Amino acid sequence: MPGTGSPSVLRFENVTVAFDGEEVLRDVSFEAFEGESRVILGAAGSGKTVLLKTALGLVRPESGRVLVFGKDLGVMRETQLFEIRSRIGMLFQESALFDSLSIEQNVAYPLLNQKSIHCPPGEVHGRVEQALEFVELGDTLDKFPSELSGGMRRRAAIARAVVTAPPLVLYDSPSAGLDPITAHTIMALLIKERDMAQTTTILVTYRYQDGNLMANFRYNSKQGRLEPARQSAAPLPRTTFMVLREGRLVFEGDQDRLESSSDEYISKFCKHRE
Amino acid sequence: MLDPLKEPVLAVQEFVVLAGAAFRNIFRRPHYGDDIILQMDAIGVGSLVVVALVGLFSGIVMALQMSRALSQYGEVEKTGTLVAITLARELGPVLTAIMMAGRNSSGIASELGSMKVTEQIDAMRALGTDPIQKLVTPRLLATCFMLPLLTIIADFVGLFGGWVIAVLRLHLGSRLYWNSAWQALEWNDVAQGGLIKPLVFAVVVSLIGCFYGLRTTGGTQGVGRSTTQAMVAATIMIFITDAMITEFFVSQGAG
Repeated sequence: MPGTGSPSVLRFENVTVAFDGEEVLRDVSFEAFEGESRVILGAAGSGKTVLLKTALGLVRPESGRVLVFGKDLGVMRETQLFEIRSRIGMLFQESALFDSLSIEQNVAYPLLNQKSIHCPPGEVHGRVEQALEFVELGDTLDKFPSELSGGMRRRAAIARAVVTAPPLVLYDSPSAGLDPITAHTIMALLIKERDMAQTTTILVTYRYQDGNLMANFRYNSKQGRLEPARQSAAPLPRTTFMVLREGRLVFEGDQDRLESSSDEYISKFCKHRE
Repeated sequence: MLDPLKEPVLAVQEFVVLAGAAFRNIFRRPHYGDDIILQMDAIGVGSLVVVALVGLFSGIVMALQMSRALSQYGEVEKTGTLVAITLARELGPVLTAIMMAGRNSSGIASELGSMKVTEQIDAMRALGTDPIQKLVTPRLLATCFMLPLLTIIADFVGLFGGWVIAVLRLHLGSRLYWNSAWQALEWNDVAQGGLIKPLVFAVVVSLIGCFYGLRTTGGTQGVGRSTTQAMVAATIMIFITDAMITEFFVSQGAG
């Protein structure tokens, strides 16, 4: 993978991850650069979630190296990883909001608990409100996760992931299990976050249309909606597609190359558009 | 050949690592005082009624059984003595701990297990918090504070139950019952049954609950499995550690 001139944000070097002797990621190597969007496609059980957790240092690789912002996670202790993690936003597959905390407390959690964030206590409420307004959930501050619908929980989790304005955001199947309209709303929020905060985005999904939106649409802040990138004067951030199959990286390239692939497994993802 | 042993040995190793981290965190910042208070309320205050009821009926049953045995030797007036000794040394701490295992080891395992399978534990780590510091250490401290107190309450309520039987059924004087009960107890009984055993049982109850909760896998079915395993393991460990502590005190000539 050639460099783009931008600094490397996330780099996997021959990473293998195994649980109980079974390899779930096998010899995976890639590099994501600042401002880039990466769409990682793969069937259930192909290792997509494990890849994101490895990037966060939540899972330690059996072999290989993971470098985030140029730092090798393998040589760090758990407490040292907290500093790196404070610069990464993560949306978990099932939202992973804390059941016992209100939405306000959930979104405030990274501001209050990540040591390297240094958010003055007086500013916490304002930043939480701002993050919830961003995902259009400004009136849910006092509610608990169990009182929200699946789509609203996902949006609240996005607010929690981006409240600290991290330069790198990882999204684990953000549209999984949602109806098409809600899934589109969630994707619109992801693209809004990418375009407004200029974040590097790693999106894991099994839905090709999510990747298609990421690669070809941008957020129009004046009209408050997505629009095709060709209507916009500014260039779109580069989007690279990756395909995982049974833990192996079997494809890495742009959308044109993905769509022209003759590989049966890879082409399955492109043909399943809604 | 040694493969079947691998898993239990690894589990013990994991438990020791978890216990070590939980104790180490007592002296490390940040301290989650609010969580300790919350857990003291959930674990301690929440168990008060059930522990008192167990204590009361243990005292009643002990008084009834002992009076029958003592009457053969014409020593019914020593009922208070036997009720006090059995409650303070064994029944109070063990029955209270078993109730805590049933109520709290399983409760902790199911709560942490649910958090594990819904990725909340991972989210906690991703958001800059050590789950052992935030979840395990407060539960350990709260149980260590509350179990000795609950044991003492169970002992007193049990003595009260014995007194009810002594007065109403055995027609013993109140003063005689309480005097014999009071004189039977030594400092050693108070230390062994009121402090050492409850403290050891508190470590068992809380850490086993946390251990099974944090290693939960396999969705909601896994949560159910962890809950049962935690309760069974905690109950067995209570009896094993009870035997070990009692053996120690007996061998010291203080049993």
